[in-house]
Amino acid sequence: MYDKGKVITGIVLFVIVFTFPFWINVGKANIAPEPKINPEVAGKVCVEDKAFMKANHMQLLDEWRDSVVRDGNRTYMGGTGRYEMSLTNSCMGCHNNKAQFCDSCHNYVSLTPNCWNCHIESKENTNG
Amino acid sequence: MNFWVSLISAGVVVTVLIAIGALGAVPALQVIFGVAVPILAVLIFLAGIIWRVVQYARRPVPFAIPTTCGQQKTLPWIKHNPVESPNSTAGVVARMALEILTFRSLFRNTAMSLGEDGPKITYGSTQWLWLGAIVFHYAFLTVVIRHMRFFTEPVWGLVHLIETFDGFLEVGLPGLMLSGFALLAAGGYLLLRRLAIPQLRYISLPNDYFPLFLILSIAASGILMRYFVKVDIVAVKELAMNIANFKFAVPEGIGVLFWIHLFLVCVLLAYFPFSKLIHSGGVFFSPTRNMATNTREYRHINPWNYPVKIHTYEAYEDEFREKMVEAGLPVDKPLDEEATAQ
Repeated sequence: MYDKGKVITGIVLFVIVFTFPFWINVGKANIAPEPKINPEVAGKVCVEDKAFMKANHMQLLDEWRDSVVRDGNRTYMGGTGRYEMSLTNSCMGCHNNKAQFCDSCHNYVSLTPNCWNCHIESKENTNG
Repeated sequence: MNFWVSLISAGVVVTVLIAIGALGAVPALQVIFGVAVPILAVLIFLAGIIWRVVQYARRPVPFAIPTTCGQQKTLPWIKHNPVESPNSTAGVVARMALEILTFRSLFRNTAMSLGEDGPKITYGSTQWLWLGAIVFHYAFLTVVIRHMRFFTEPVWGLVHLIETFDGFLEVGLPGLMLSGFALLAAGGYLLLRRLAIPQLRYISLPNDYFPLFLILSIAASGILMRYFVKVDIVAVKELAMNIANFKFAVPEGIGVLFWIHLFLVCVLLAYFPFSKLIHSGGVFFSPTRNMATNTREYRHINPWNYPVKIHTYEAYEDEFREKMVEAGLPVDKPLDEEATAQ
């Protein structure tokens, strides 16, 4: 083998970089997030069913925003009834803790939604 | 080979692979498709790359054959171009880095055409291949770095930064990431180019179409998953972190598109070292790129030189001097008397 030193250094560096997910996570507990909602609202239903909300809540909120801001339409006819389109009043009524609900999954998969550029978290819910 | 045969055979193979990948959605097979196949693919990839690189490193270079586009170092009043015609290791590293990071030799591509005013051949520079290639490679790199959000917890700042730039348009939710579409567009362009140019179509083989189809399918399934047919992204990260921790539990209900995507990526990894894609390792071993242009300073010794039996002119004349003198041929050393006496 020619240029042994350089070639072996290159191979070692490549293997270290490529396998980083294996050694960077050594000894770390891998705990999936569990979003928590306000316990007082147990048994209530969301605007749509859970599977739909899990997959499509971001699109729903995007549509709500456009509907409210552009058309002034604040009423949503969901699969489970009639709702006011409002993140702070409707959603956060049950999902009242941003840190324990929204952020738990968003941080886990590296998402920084721009909801909070305009909306504020209500103070009484932040220390839960 | 007829290009339809190449095109269709590569297409059929990728379709079969997509069908196999979809089997990952069957709960009973999830440990195979979610754990065994990815780990096997990574092992084949690593072993294959090391094997290929060692094979390259074992090949001797008989001649100094660097290609240059600049003046070699010579007399002091002739201006030397240290990057285009490097005579030192630093220069070679600079040229190699520019080649790998900016594909300079591809940028120098030329196209021959007949001029508008009569049959006059002109050579113009053409950068379409370079543009397609560089968009393709950098989009792929960006996509790979973005995927590191599945393997780091907490997610690295670098990944956030790349995502911020990649999604700077802030269009729609989930936010539009440009790199995925750039990858699909550039890959599509490279495929169309291959099909549209007759000479290129003629030399294209199934192993040219297959990696393109594979990568396009991976990009398309990724885009579908992100924007259209949602999969359980939290469960995907759980699976990725499980594999990284050598915990072989597969979360339930991820979605069939993810299994197709993952299986195609595994096939790409396992296929990589044994295909044209190994040019990523081979570029480092290109003698035309990695040798210094110092042929005036140092003699390059062919490593497979062996001692050659030589017969010098002096020895030749000593052997045949008498006959040469007899035939009237000129000799360096005249025939001395002692020799004549014999």
